[in-house]
Amino acid sequence: MIHDFGIVWSERGLLLTGLANTTILSVLAAIVSLALGILLTPALMSRHPLIAGMARTFVDGMRCIPFLLFAYIVYYGLPSLGLRFDNWSSGLVALMIYNTAYMAEIMRGAWAAQPREPIEAGIAFGLSEFRLFRRIILPPLLLSAGPVIGNQMIQIIKDSAFLTIIALPELTHAASSIQSRRYVPFAAFITAVFLYWGLCLVIEAAVSSIGRIADARR
Amino acid sequence: MSQGDIAAIFQGAVVTVTLSFIGILIGLPIGLGLALLRWAKVPIVANIVALYVSVLRATPLVTLLLLLFFALPNIGIPIGPTSAAILALVMNTSAFNCEVWRAALADFPKDQYEAAQSVGMRAGQRFRRIVLPQIIQVSLPGLVNEMSLLIKVTPVLAVVGVVDITRAAVRIGAQTYEPLPPFLVAIAIYAPIVFALVSLQRWIERRQSAAQVMP
Repeated sequence: MIHDFGIVWSERGLLLTGLANTTILSVLAAIVSLALGILLTPALMSRHPLIAGMARTFVDGMRCIPFLLFAYIVYYGLPSLGLRFDNWSSGLVALMIYNTAYMAEIMRGAWAAQPREPIEAGIAFGLSEFRLFRRIILPPLLLSAGPVIGNQMIQIIKDSAFLTIIALPELTHAASSIQSRRYVPFAAFITAVFLYWGLCLVIEAAVSSIGRIADARR
Repeated sequence: MSQGDIAAIFQGAVVTVTLSFIGILIGLPIGLGLALLRWAKVPIVANIVALYVSVLRATPLVTLLLLLFFALPNIGIPIGPTSAAILALVMNTSAFNCEVWRAALADFPKDQYEAAQSVGMRAGQRFRRIVLPQIIQVSLPGLVNEMSLLIKVTPVLAVVGVVDITRAAVRIGAQTYEPLPPFLVAIAIYAPIVFALVSLQRWIERRQSAAQVMP
């Protein structure tokens, strides 16, 4: 058993590359999907029935389909419509679009729970709609949605493991390739599991420090 | 895509639904058991459970599934794709269920428990008659949410060779050189199942908050 972990250690370069790729994928996907989600949130809450309906259909649709099938459609399905991406771009695009729906829903929930007074004060103060959103609505929204966004971030990391199926060289893919070449399945995958755990602990620590900052500002 | 292909995807759907159902059925009580171990603060065991839940919640189902499927035979425990799939689903969902149950137990009013004690109920009775009915109600939305999450990760089971919706769709796509139609059929099967669970969760939440306002 110790010998098996020795083999995994000798392949550490591959695992660390996988870990780095998982981190890059997840961070990029989280940033872009959060930004797109924030843009989508006003559409979800729009009084215009057509805009609200379209946004709602997209969000509920994404929330009802498994990520793996969505990634398959982007990678294998779209080429038959003439859109061809390599595995990196299709994996990243799939992660971003899919999680945009979740982020938008998270932000909508947080928005609905916000007190009305500061917004009305902002309107009375004569702020433009954009400045009102950026200065008054968004900052407390991001702080109060912090823990849920953190959870979604963990979800993104776990979703990114599915991309091993389209041969994207992330952490699980690295563990599989070590397992298939050196035949040390337990050592290879348990190492990957603990690396995922480490990533999630980092996120949980970040979320709780953001929470402390939010409390200090209050 | 022929009619036989669509039938094959539906056969896969039966496998997916059956495995999810088994996973949920076994995972629910195990999650409750784990939560009780933590609630009762059983020394050492409670810490092990906390570690188990923390690690499992961070582990992607693909990684867990590959670990079980390849590593268990390696240490002399023969395991087929279906058993590996069920074991992975149970381990995954029990960790999440444990957190839902634990939150409900943590909020449980202590005075009720003491009242039950004072009328002379035994520990088993207290749990069955006083604690369980109430924590089930509190946990229900969270548990249903976890069920919809579980269904959404089941396509991964195809990776170890379980012939579910996804594997059937991939095979048909490879045979016909047109992967889009079978995937759309697969999505058309998944979406209503998940949507039904999500709607159920919202309905329970609405009914419970209405019941709280009423009296």
